[in-house]
Parts: sequence; C-alpha cells; structure tokens
Amino acid sequence: MESETSSPEETEALAGRLAATLRAGDVVTVSGELGSGKTTFVRGACRALGVSGAVTSPTYTIGHRYHGDGVDVAHLDLYRFQGVSAAEWGDLEPYFDETIAFVEWPEAGEGVLPAPRAVVRLRHADEGRRLISIHGADTRL
Amino acid sequence: MILGIETSCDETASALVSADGEVLASVVSSQADLHARFGGVVPEIASRRHLELVTPVVREALAEAGATLADVDRIAVTQGPGLVGALLVGLAAAKGMAWARRLPLVPVDHLRGHVASLYLQPDPLEPPFLCLLASGGHTLLLDIRDHASHAILGTTIDDAAGEAFDKGARLLGLGYPGGAELDRLAAHGDPTAYEFPVARVPGLDFSFSGVKTALLYATKELSEDELAARRADLAASYQRAIVRALVERVSEAAAQTGAKRIAIVGGVAANSALRAALPEAKAAALEYCTDNAAMIASAGRYVEAVPYPRYLALDAYASAEV
Repeated sequence: MESETSSPEETEALAGRLAATLRAGDVVTVSGELGSGKTTFVRGACRALGVSGAVTSPTYTIGHRYHGDGVDVAHLDLYRFQGVSAAEWGDLEPYFDETIAFVEWPEAGEGVLPAPRAVVRLRHADEGRRLISIHGADTRL
Repeated sequence: MILGIETSCDETASALVSADGEVLASVVSSQADLHARFGGVVPEIASRRHLELVTPVVREALAEAGATLADVDRIAVTQGPGLVGALLVGLAAAKGMAWARRLPLVPVDHLRGHVASLYLQPDPLEPPFLCLLASGGHTLLLDIRDHASHAILGTTIDDAAGEAFDKGARLLGLGYPGGAELDRLAAHGDPTAYEFPVARVPGLDFSFSGVKTALLYATKELSEDELAARRADLAASYQRAIVRALVERVSEAAAQTGAKRIAIVGGVAANSALRAALPEAKAAALEYCTDNAAMIASAGRYVEAVPYPRYLALDAYASAEV
C-alpha cells in the first residue's frame, strides 16, 4: 500500500501504525534517497514501540539498539557499506537478536540480511511531501 | 607513559602520551597506510580489519616513540560507544598487553576522549569550559566542569553535524565522505547565494536533517551544467547554515552557563568556517580532531585505572552514556 504524508509528524504516525503490527524477530527495510525521511520514519516506529530518548541517524555509528516497551529496537544503516561480507555480518548479527530491527540503506545487505517482514520505500513528492509504500506486512494500517 | 588504543569506528589507532600530556607517538591506520601493508585489499567495515591492524599500529607507535611495553605505566582503551565487535578488538588487545605486563588498564569513553584532546601539550586547556563536540556520529554541547566530569547541555535530535557535511558533499557530487572537500570548495563560493534554513528545536539541541533536505531540493532545481556552475555557492551557503546553527547554540549555551571559555573538538572542529566563526574558541589540534588514540591516552590520565587483573571482566558498550 502507498500513503502520502505532508509532514514529519505524519510520517512518524504512519510508522507507528506499522510498528503496532511488529514483534521481536521482525526486520523492516527502509529505503529512499537522501532526505526522504527514513530516519524520521524509524523514529516514529521507535516512539510507538516505547523508545523515549533521541533517535538519531546511525550512518556513522552503523547501529543503535534501544530499549522499548517490552521489546528492544535496533536501528541500522548500511549507507557506508559496499556489500556485507561474512565478517561484517558477524558484527551486525547481534543487532537482529531478539529485536525489531529497522535497516536503512538495506541494498548493500541484499542476500545477507534476514528476510524482511516489511519493506518500506520513501520518495519525495513535491516539496515537503513524501510517498511511502509499505509492502509485505499486515497492510491494514 | 600511557599507551592509548582506539578502535570504536573506522580507525585503528594507537598513541603514547606522557604523564604531562606530551604526545610521544600517534599512529592512525588510514594515515600510516598500514592497511595497505598489513590489511586486506577489500575495504570493509568490520572488526576483522581492526584485528588485522591493532598489533601493527601499536608496534608502530612504540617504534615512533622509541619505547617498548616496559616503558608503559598504564594502558587506556576506548570502551564505547561504537560497534561492539570493533570495540572488543581494542579492548581485548589492551587487556592482553596490560595483563602480560601486570599494568593497570583505563577504560575510556570515546566522547570523553575527544574532549581530552584539549588537554594535550602544547597549550592544554584547563576546565571549566564549554565544549562543542561535533563529528560524523555525534553533536553535543558539553559543560566541562573538571577533567573527569561533564554535563550534557544539548545534542542532535536527528543527524550529526559531520554527517550533514558529508551527505551535503555527496548531494553536490563531491564523493563520500566529502566534508573536508566541501570546506575547500566553499572557499570559492558566495555563502549568501542561497538561504538554507536550519530548524530551531527547543533547548540547546540541534537538528540538521532539514538543511540537508533543503540542499537536496536546491540541487534538484538545477540542470547538471547549472549545478556545476553553482556548486561552490551551494557549498558555501550550506556550510554557512550549518556553522551558523552551531555557533548560535554555542553562544546561547555560553550565555546560559556563564562559561568564560569555549572549545571545539571532533572532526567538524577541523572545518575552517567554524574555526573562523569562533575565533576566541580553543579548537583541538587538526590532527586530533578526527579519531585518534592520543586523545584516548590523554583521557586515560584523568580516569581511575582498573588494577591488574580486575579489568579482564570489562565489557564494551554500544551506546553513548547520555
């Protein structure tokens, strides 16, 4: 399904509705070009899952792991990866252990990451608006 | 002397620092080209790369200082935050060397390390002061009360300032990471050509996600030829927006805390426009702005050491203790 949002708050709310359908072990890939709202989307999901502190971009740090309400939430970013080698997967794997994991720039991890439960794609519409498609999950949002 | 080891992110680094803060040797893997000599050919972001490099980097530092492990009094190592696998490589190496020589070990927080780059010779800064820590992964305003403690006044709520520079550089076709390249290009542009707004968020926090998107929209309106012609103006205007946001927050924090002295550390502290905009501020030496182990050894002078052999149980931590 595809939705249009016109503010970061709407993007966060949409992510929150997806988050409500997820449980530990689920992986969600979040794709879209620079500035399309990926981190905003993940922040919305984190908030809905009970994460309270700042949810910031993990581009440099590669992974963040947060405590949510009864579940841990992982936020990963493969922007700086060329691919994911076996050794690199060894570093990433703990982030998928008993978490709901959101992966930005998942393209480098194709074939290595666990199969996603939901695939999210964000695109710029006209200024300030985003087209967000969510596939694979329970789409009755 | 103190041996420092840093493996929290991309760099494998080791340094030797004297008890009074003089840097006797500082080796960073990317600069020393050690990776070409000892590492693999495929670039990867994995702890395995640190594993390949950590021993050569320590050896290189000892050689540069004309020292051996017998001259080392304590070993300081980054404990977090960072990728746990990467951190564990440095931590295990430090534990092994410290244990073999019955030395104490000092676990150091990477962010505290950046602040401690200011305590190195020559001309070390003494607390208290207000510190802006801005890098690819972090943007923090810190109230530094003494060598071992601080309070966090503000942080980014989305992207770090260094990330904003690097991603802006990518949008301008300068490659990645291109923060330093953007800085060079901006010198040839008109910083008032474009008005890029930076979101104002409550308190002393920062937000750099919106300015990145504003740059994206500006580049989308231009043809390839126009973009080439306006690239320096875009770079200069974008840089001005980020620097202005940083400087405004620093000034507000200084007014609130009554800080007499201001310091800037981290990779973004190497930005020429930021340094020019804060002429009174003490900036970390250029070679200690980006990740290095001299700053970790420096921090190791002020953190209580864990005596032999109790540190064997120490674990790394992934997230910033904020």
